[in-house]
Amino acid sequence: MKTKLQYALSVAVIGVALMTSGLVRAAETYKMDTKGSHAFIQFKIQHLGFSWLLGRFNTFEGEFVLDEKNVENSNVSVNIDVASVDSNHAERDKHLRGPDFFDVSKFPKASFVSTKIEKTGEKTAKITGDFTLKGVTKPLTLDAKYVGGGKDPWGGYRQGFEATTQFKLKDFGIDYNLGPASEVVDIYISVEGIRQ
Amino acid sequence: MRLKNTTSDYGMVSVLVHWLSALLAVGVFGLGLYMVGLSYYDPLYHELPEWHKFLGVALALITLFRLLWCVISTPPLLLAKQSWQKMAARLAHGLLLLGLVVLPVTGYLIVTAEGKALLLFDLALLPALIELSPTQTDWVGRLHLWSAWGLIGLALVHAAAALKHHFVDADRTLTRMLNIKGQ
Repeated sequence: MKTKLQYALSVAVIGVALMTSGLVRAAETYKMDTKGSHAFIQFKIQHLGFSWLLGRFNTFEGEFVLDEKNVENSNVSVNIDVASVDSNHAERDKHLRGPDFFDVSKFPKASFVSTKIEKTGEKTAKITGDFTLKGVTKPLTLDAKYVGGGKDPWGGYRQGFEATTQFKLKDFGIDYNLGPASEVVDIYISVEGIRQ
Repeated sequence: MRLKNTTSDYGMVSVLVHWLSALLAVGVFGLGLYMVGLSYYDPLYHELPEWHKFLGVALALITLFRLLWCVISTPPLLLAKQSWQKMAARLAHGLLLLGLVVLPVTGYLIVTAEGKALLLFDLALLPALIELSPTQTDWVGRLHLWSAWGLIGLALVHAAAALKHHFVDADRTLTRMLNIKGQ
């Protein structure tokens, strides 16, 4: 004789089994593996036109919905803790957090939320979205590339992408004069998502 | 020339370190305010922070010495007569000293926040002891700035009080700090 609890449990088990079978849902949600640090947001900018300065944002979180059958139906969003900017130099990082650059006490978060994904090749796509930095929101397009995916050795399922983009600092209200060679910042993103 | 303090007079050592401290404190403060406003292409953009750190560390060492000297050679008695004046003087002196301790400590923490040593030109380095998060570093930065304004503000009050004692009360508060003999 089944109790109500047992009945509810079996419904739940069947439900979860259906949901995880991969047959029911075509689009699947992935959480970026920031916990295991298999996700990176790096930037580079010219120093005087003589060399590249590299840095990264150490703290962020993001997720993406991947529809492998219909990539246009996918989406991605990322939230960045701007204060985590790290260029491997304590005084420069403090300067970057201050009002001359990111002004993190007023604008602690940056974000990217995709609005449109266009497949451009077998493994490539253009991801357009709303990018918010220092309180300014503007459309930004990432050139994204599928790197790989599949079962990981620990019972999970992962997919990884890399993407590049660039923008003018001035477009987001950062007008500290670093010189003519240093107006544009290049972004490189590499993320691995764990299927939820 | 007497080096040590007596119950009524400052010795040469106290007089020298007092005025050296005052000079350095104003200098390092001005340097600090000026350097953070420099544009990236200013020839002094890298030079002045180096001097700020160097002179700041020098001032910290002098402060350390002053604290030791207070123990070795007790400062003379306060000349103020009313007890509220004595209290106010002790409080002001205590806070000035606190500022002279807090400023170099916070300055050091800002520079070493990411685990790298503080370099004094290429002469010497102070290794990092504590790593701070970005938020903590920014708070330490604010404390550094506020303490600097506090110290300079209090130093002005301190100077005004000394002038008041000199001109209004006509006592030896100022002259004995200049090691000018009275009586």
